[in-house]
Amino acid sequence: MQCQECGKRPATLHYTKIINGEKSQFHLCEVCAQEHGEAIPGWNHNFSIHHLLSGFLNLDSTGQGSEEGLGPRSQVLRCPTCGLTYNQFGKIGRFGCSDCYATFGKRLGPLFRRVHGHTTHRGKVPARTGGKLKLRREIEQLQLSLERCVQREEFEEAARLRDRIRTLKQKIEEQA
Amino acid sequence: MSFEQFMDKAISEWMKGNGPQSEIVISSRVRIARNLDGFPFPMLSTSSQAKQVVQRVYEVLQEDLQNLPEFKNARLIQMDDLQDLDKRVLMEKHLISPHLADESRHGAVILSQDESISIMINEEDHLRVQCLFSGFQLEEAWELANRLDDAFEQKLNYAFDETHGYLTSCPTNVGTGIRASVMVHLPALAMTGHINQLLPAIAQVGLAVRGIYGEGSETLGNLYQISNQVTLGQTEMEIIDKLKGVVRQVIEHEQRARRQVMERSPIQLEDRVLRSLGILKYSRMIDSKEAMSRLSDVRLGIDLGFIQGIQASVMNELMVMTRPGFLQKYAQQRLEPGERDVRRSVLIRERLSMENAH
Repeated sequence: MQCQECGKRPATLHYTKIINGEKSQFHLCEVCAQEHGEAIPGWNHNFSIHHLLSGFLNLDSTGQGSEEGLGPRSQVLRCPTCGLTYNQFGKIGRFGCSDCYATFGKRLGPLFRRVHGHTTHRGKVPARTGGKLKLRREIEQLQLSLERCVQREEFEEAARLRDRIRTLKQKIEEQA
Repeated sequence: MSFEQFMDKAISEWMKGNGPQSEIVISSRVRIARNLDGFPFPMLSTSSQAKQVVQRVYEVLQEDLQNLPEFKNARLIQMDDLQDLDKRVLMEKHLISPHLADESRHGAVILSQDESISIMINEEDHLRVQCLFSGFQLEEAWELANRLDDAFEQKLNYAFDETHGYLTSCPTNVGTGIRASVMVHLPALAMTGHINQLLPAIAQVGLAVRGIYGEGSETLGNLYQISNQVTLGQTEMEIIDKLKGVVRQVIEHEQRARRQVMERSPIQLEDRVLRSLGILKYSRMIDSKEAMSRLSDVRLGIDLGFIQGIQASVMNELMVMTRPGFLQKYAQQRLEPGERDVRRSVLIRERLSMENAH
């Protein structure tokens, strides 16, 4: 069953509300349920961190994001793949899919800086699909070693490193 | 089932209390978060997408990973197939998260035979690879997690980009996706009150520290978990090394505090740990808060030589086995809190009677 609010995502929260004897049924996805202010069991324990996160994003206090307020020409920023809007991301504190990163791209810098103190990954790269990036990382490392070798006048080792760097650079060009 | 049989099944590798520096470090854990390219994150996946993810991961397990010695007799457990009580028990053993147990769509977990590897599927991310060892073995845990990650990556396309690294559902995990944590037992620092200075200091260097099993900021049994916060912009080894360095200092402080207490008030200390042993051995009702603090005392008494003939691992085992899920599993029925206190004291006595303490 699809969410009755957005019609895009699967409904995972099903409940009946009875107000003054009048029954109404709801079938919502987590995103829309949060917007409705419905409590979802278990989301609560993550409340503080995601509440904090939304403080880092440029959402105003009403929760009506700044994107609507940027002027008549600005449009709602919405991930084309999963349908999550930037404002929803701000409220939930979670991305809907990997394409959200590219969609919200430039706005994420301040958030990452505040959470991690950095904005760029320096760690592991997937061995099979990491391809060029993995090679580039290796070249950077070799270049550092090369400089150290030259300073210590270990020219034989430096020559070996230079050859290795050249081979890796060729590999990158072949892949391109 | 006899108590021995129940215990035998209940004990995971990490609860055996036999790793390096196990007199202070209970366990070391590394988990890495990964997502599959082309699928929305679990929060937004449809039922059929969630099932596909489980299927893909299961195929990799069967075709490739099962050849690794670590995965001999590994099993896949689907949350949909489990009773609530069985989920609670896995949670209390730290093998699955509350999120996987209660909120995941077609959540599943792959457990290695000794339960040092647990791979959660459809948790907040598609894949959460966790390696959990006893004692201070952070690097070993990372090496294993890294190797398993490589094995999965041979067959699965991960969501990854050059700037952000491994893409995760929550921005607090992005980059390396790594969360390394160490569980430490700090009774002497708690006695001297130095814990109140130490904890904020740890937080100041960018690590998170929290009590385990306690509600909110309260802790039970003087057990703390120290973990990294930053996942982006540092390499995995930098993250592990930093945590290792801080834990090493914490260990030194605790050792110093133990020496201090031993020198200043040995008889008071001996009295305290033996009283606690007496209560564990002879009480007929005990709540989990008191049980944890008595177990902490007894463990300290064993470490300092006041109590002989009881294995140090008793505390590690009992702190898990006296949790509500475990108690009810052992009793094979639902228990009200009052009944649990009775059963808890029975279980503790049964476990202690397996030892030959005097």
